[in-house]
Amino acid sequence: MEKKQALFTYCVRLADNAVVMAQRLCEWCGHGPILEEDIAMSNMGLDFLGQARGFYTYAATLEGKGRSEDDLAFHRNEREFCNRCMVEQPNGDFAQTMMRSFLYGCQAYLQFRSLVKSKDETIAGLSEKALKEVTYHVRHSSEWIIRLGDGTAESHRRAQDALDELWSFTDELFEMDEVDALLIKEGIAVDLNTLRAEWDQLVDEVLGKATLVRPAMKGYQSKGGIYGNHTEHLGHMLSEMQFLPRAYPDAKW
Amino acid sequence: MSEQHQWPSWEVFTQEKTGAPHAHAGNVHAPDAELALQNARDVYGRRQEAVNIWVVPTEAITASTPADMGPFFDPGNDKMYRWPNYYKTPDGIKQI
Repeated sequence: MEKKQALFTYCVRLADNAVVMAQRLCEWCGHGPILEEDIAMSNMGLDFLGQARGFYTYAATLEGKGRSEDDLAFHRNEREFCNRCMVEQPNGDFAQTMMRSFLYGCQAYLQFRSLVKSKDETIAGLSEKALKEVTYHVRHSSEWIIRLGDGTAESHRRAQDALDELWSFTDELFEMDEVDALLIKEGIAVDLNTLRAEWDQLVDEVLGKATLVRPAMKGYQSKGGIYGNHTEHLGHMLSEMQFLPRAYPDAKW
Repeated sequence: MSEQHQWPSWEVFTQEKTGAPHAHAGNVHAPDAELALQNARDVYGRRQEAVNIWVVPTEAITASTPADMGPFFDPGNDKMYRWPNYYKTPDGIKQI
């Protein structure tokens, strides 16, 4: 595999995670449990949208085929999306949304913290901005996980259910392939295996405070999001997200 | 219904830049101080309006009432000698 092709794929993967998170969090707009949290979730969604735009734009430039950030976001099909399956999981209840933000956020935080030292200047720059955002996201979701877990019997049950439900997507947060291998050698990408122990630590610390029980790493673990193998939820999400630009290809807004 | 269905209210004060005074921005609902701070950040600080935020439980604030307006503030009206510019600066004074 050529380096440029690998770099394109790497950036599209980062962007896909961000755009899917953006869409999911913004689905809460107008439906949040309280006004302040409604705004908070849309805020974080817009942070992710900014990350997606940065990485799509860079990917489009690398590709050099005249595609734009919009083409990449709105004119690719489900199987061409290479986000991790965790992020496409439905919002569910508030506990599930926060748990998804938390488990994914811890990975994203560690990843961007490493990528600010990437030898690719654009990736390093985009990561620096993203790092500030995800640092706040983790703080926000952590505080909620603690309060939900260590809250009432009902909030505890819902938080534990969310954790059990989403746990089968955690292994996949660290899945890599030859794209990563090539770019790790170049000093551009981060070896996700090196982040796993710290991720465990971050997660365990919050789960402990939340009195939640970490599921045993047995049972089903999803994989393959980075190759376009998704759960049934992504297609539905994209049909809504992509409807307008596909129905009105020249629409401007 | 006497049961409380709302989280407590917190007053939010934002500082525009370092050294500037904190100004009242509005209020948020939150179950505790940390979440009040986060909510304040999201509601009043997300567009770079602030470099620092204070949150204060609304119930901790003692405010004057509209009925206090007369006795509290009117006496200042007719006493010009309370303003420094009431006094004439003597000629020849430079450092003032």
